[in-house]
Amino acid sequence: MTQSFRLKDVGLINRNKKLSFKFNGKKYYGYEGDSLASALIANGVHLIGRSFKYHRPRGFFGAGVDEPYAIVQLYRNGETEPNIKATEQELFDGLEATSVNCWPSVNFDIGAINNFLRIFLPAGFYYKTFMWPKSFWFKIYEPFIRKAAGLGTASIKHDKERYEHKYEYCDLLIAGSGPSGLASAYAAAKNGARVILAEDKSRFGGTLLTSEVNIGNKSGKEWADGIISELKEMPNVTVKNRSQVFGYYDHNMLVMSERVSDHLPKTKEFHPKQRLWYIRAKEVLISSGSIERPIVFGNNDTPGVMLSSAAKEYMKVYGVLVGKKPLIFTNNDSGYETAIEFKKNGIDPLILDTRSNPKSEIINEAKDLNIKIKNSYVVVAAQGYKKVKSADISKISDDKEQLGNIENVKCDCICVSGYWTPTIHLASQSGNKTKFNEEIDAFVPGISKQNEKTLGAANGIYTLEETLKDSFEVGHEVSKKITNNENKVSFPNVVEKKSSIHDKFWCVPLPKGKNYKRFLDFQNDVAVSDIEIALREGYRSIEHVKRYTTLGMATDQGKTSNLNGLQLVSKIENKVVPAVGHTTFRPPYTPVSIGAIVGREVGKHSKPTRKSPMHSWHEKNNAVFVDAGVWLRPRYYKRGNEDLFEASKREAKNVRTNVGVCDVTTLGKIDIKGPDAAELLNRVYTNAWLKLPVGKARYGVMLREDGIVMDDGTTTRISENHYHMTTTTAQAANVLSHLEYYLQLVWPELNVNVVSSTEQWAGAAIAGPKSRNLLQKLFPNSDVSNEGLPFMGYMEGDLFGVKARIFRISFSGELAYEVNVESNNGNFMWEKIIEVGEQFEIQPYGTEALSTLRIEMGHVAGSELDGRTIPYDNSLEGLLSKKKDFIGKRSLIREAFTAEDRQKVVGVVPLDKKTSIPEGSHLVKDSKAPSPNPKLGYISASCWSVEYDNPFSLAILKDGKNMIGEKLFVMSPLKNKIIPVEIVSSHYVDPKGERVRS
Amino acid sequence: MLHIKCPHCGMRSQNEFSYGGDASVKRPELGKDVSDQDWNNFVYNRKSLRGKHWELWQHLSGCRQWIKVERDTGSHEIFKTLKAEEEIS
Ligand SMILES: [Zn+2]
Repeated sequence: MTQSFRLKDVGLINRNKKLSFKFNGKKYYGYEGDSLASALIANGVHLIGRSFKYHRPRGFFGAGVDEPYAIVQLYRNGETEPNIKATEQELFDGLEATSVNCWPSVNFDIGAINNFLRIFLPAGFYYKTFMWPKSFWFKIYEPFIRKAAGLGTASIKHDKERYEHKYEYCDLLIAGSGPSGLASAYAAAKNGARVILAEDKSRFGGTLLTSEVNIGNKSGKEWADGIISELKEMPNVTVKNRSQVFGYYDHNMLVMSERVSDHLPKTKEFHPKQRLWYIRAKEVLISSGSIERPIVFGNNDTPGVMLSSAAKEYMKVYGVLVGKKPLIFTNNDSGYETAIEFKKNGIDPLILDTRSNPKSEIINEAKDLNIKIKNSYVVVAAQGYKKVKSADISKISDDKEQLGNIENVKCDCICVSGYWTPTIHLASQSGNKTKFNEEIDAFVPGISKQNEKTLGAANGIYTLEETLKDSFEVGHEVSKKITNNENKVSFPNVVEKKSSIHDKFWCVPLPKGKNYKRFLDFQNDVAVSDIEIALREGYRSIEHVKRYTTLGMATDQGKTSNLNGLQLVSKIENKVVPAVGHTTFRPPYTPVSIGAIVGREVGKHSKPTRKSPMHSWHEKNNAVFVDAGVWLRPRYYKRGNEDLFEASKREAKNVRTNVGVCDVTTLGKIDIKGPDAAELLNRVYTNAWLKLPVGKARYGVMLREDGIVMDDGTTTRISENHYHMTTTTAQAANVLSHLEYYLQLVWPELNVNVVSSTEQWAGAAIAGPKSRNLLQKLFPNSDVSNEGLPFMGYMEGDLFGVKARIFRISFSGELAYEVNVESNNGNFMWEKIIEVGEQFEIQPYGTEALSTLRIEMGHVAGSELDGRTIPYDNSLEGLLSKKKDFIGKRSLIREAFTAEDRQKVVGVVPLDKKTSIPEGSHLVKDSKAPSPNPKLGYISASCWSVEYDNPFSLAILKDGKNMIGEKLFVMSPLKNKIIPVEIVSSHYVDPKGERVRS
Repeated sequence: MLHIKCPHCGMRSQNEFSYGGDASVKRPELGKDVSDQDWNNFVYNRKSLRGKHWELWQHLSGCRQWIKVERDTGSHEIFKTLKAEEEIS
């Protein structure tokens, strides 16, 4: 099919560039500069989808963001995207799109049976219909609704496209590039302000692209083009098209989504698909214009019924006729402008004007062009199923209550204009108290809460001259506040045709004996009768009516339906519209893709990846890594065909028999300096710190004020007023904040400084019976004997020319040391340890072996210190000083914390010494007790004990102190396991701790 | 997203800060006897009020200083910010 509805030589499209595209599998052609909608209309395609509830045929209603119908599934470069407005999607070569919400096809849709059953699908039908019987929901109702309803399908593939976030600051953000946006941007920019001008569409100029006006002796479009090219040259101005300011948040933060590549067949290399701008603006000027309002009449959802402004835009911008026998139905002069445009393109329209005898320049022009006009006439109902074929029209009485004889006129489209509704979404989002403007029968912005002003049509100003005057003035005044400049631009001469006042008519009464559906919300299929039912059923608040009927709740957010809905409620309730009030506008103004919101923070980029200086060595030596907070740590080093279990067992065993080395760089480290450092430690840790000598380390536990254990670790006194604190990997950041809180706010009198030194040091734990032998080889000039460097001792040493810190501390329960060097020397240290350690059969070990070693020794770690346990629960009560106060001490005497049968950490061994115990399992007395089976505790950590070669777990168990020797059951419904176990001491290996001191 | 004036660094976006709760809460002095009621009030009980509220924020991704912020919890308006050592007036 050729483009039989395409006009010759009209419009802003590029006819030299022909593009091919597919809709529902069929191939069509359009031009560069088309929207998908205009290209389809040019090809005579008006059936684009099915409605949400009744599955009635749907065509095009608008030409832009207000479009409620023409939502398609888009296919681009191997990806698919739902919820795309055909009116907003620019055509590109190779574009493919399909209808949504129809099944099996748009021409034969099974859901359309709803249309004939609609008497059973009234307001609130989802709430009412599918409630009974309950068992039907999952099997019958839901799958059926899912198949037949919905606005497209989200892709389940990984999105290969790139999305970016950008933060920007400016003096003025101006949303919308129509006459008010251009004038205010120009005035402000010329006055030195830093301006961002954002336009949703690809073309700048807004209504200037379609209106017959003259500014400064130029057509509206020429004037707009001139201003834009001048603004683009100015260094203090950023001009952005395809960019929708969709949200107005606190403290003048606005968010804008820029569709960088959506109009291209494929995103260019290194370009994002979309970019989300977070803009902090000193002042905001909202120039978002207005949206034409429909008039409600019978079957007003038939394809071919559309806004008159859209029909005009399709002609003037795209050179496309929406029909060849148009009927214009209007209550104001805007319909005449559309009719004149038809006439100029050789098409004869018929105008039905609800007014009895309107007079204006525009009307005179229409009359001069011999356009047929019927006054006091209305469209009663559209006729035709998949496309308008004719219209039932009638005269209407002056009180607008009585219809006359119904006549039928042939037409192929009905262009409706019910006057204009200011787009107040952004102003309302900002907290602006909107007010009702009687003259235009719509809400306009009122008192500002933030630094915003609304200009032009968005503010209910509908003449160009007034709009420009006001916008130049505001642009100048607002910029002057910021720049203190006085550069005023001169105001151009404006020529526009004067229009007459509109008729506040919005809904055509039903003729006797007819029961036409009259739709308010076109996307959610909410009709006049639905609102009537909601009110009859007792819903009063507009917010409730909205939710019950779903009026204005679709993806178009009621851009064309809100006001008519309010009109209806006010009429039935006999209230004025402002007394009914409007529902709250919330961001986003238009749908935003999830990809844009997430930005670059996907997959590995969702958080930083931190690697230790030894990372490349681990990689080269077959380490299998695990995420530990933001760090990547070796979990085990794979040898041959080993799996995790075998490798970790081998590594742990080697620590117990020879010597192992583990990368502990990730441990949190805090450098503490100052004369009151000891006092600080004494207050934050539960044990005593004032007498720790230089060159000694101590293990400490810190609590939150509520008595729960926050973290543990060792702190070493490096010199008189200098300490080195270690924290767990996970709590490093929290502990630093915790210390800063007390130092800055609670005890500012303490003379101490704390700073994170986690990344400054690389750490290696050397553990095992041969670790001292290895250390002697590594530090031949230091005395690392048991006397020279006793347990919990500290010294500095020389590691082949590199300065090192040597701590004799142990996490594995073996004789062990930790060596720290500056990060840059980390890899050198590691390679030396491995090289020298070879003679002692050293093996590196990962986090899995590390866990095994600490679990079988009964050392508590993150899985026990889980934010729910107190020191007693972890058998750390011996570290609670009785002599001094410390953070959280007062909480420990609370009743539950001192209960006789308080939970405590214990060891758990399966009776068969074979079955591994899943972490997170519950401990119960009787495995066959009826549900709910009283839970006595839970498994916090499990391992395979290399010492005894059987499974071993730690558990937090009620009355754990008195449970040693008891036989219980471990239950894991998740793994479907019931395991008989014995409770043993948590210190399964070396309970006296002799090895660490050997 | 709020825009918070750090008394040390100037206007910064909320995502550089972390919230620290009611700034009027005073920790009981160490080593002194505290009644159960007073301790509970310090640890647990907070007014969840709508309106002007002095609260603590830490400029975590900035100068790391704890600051005091007077904010309207309903409108998010920020009236005043103080350094940790400055007294709420
Ligand atoms: Zn700061």
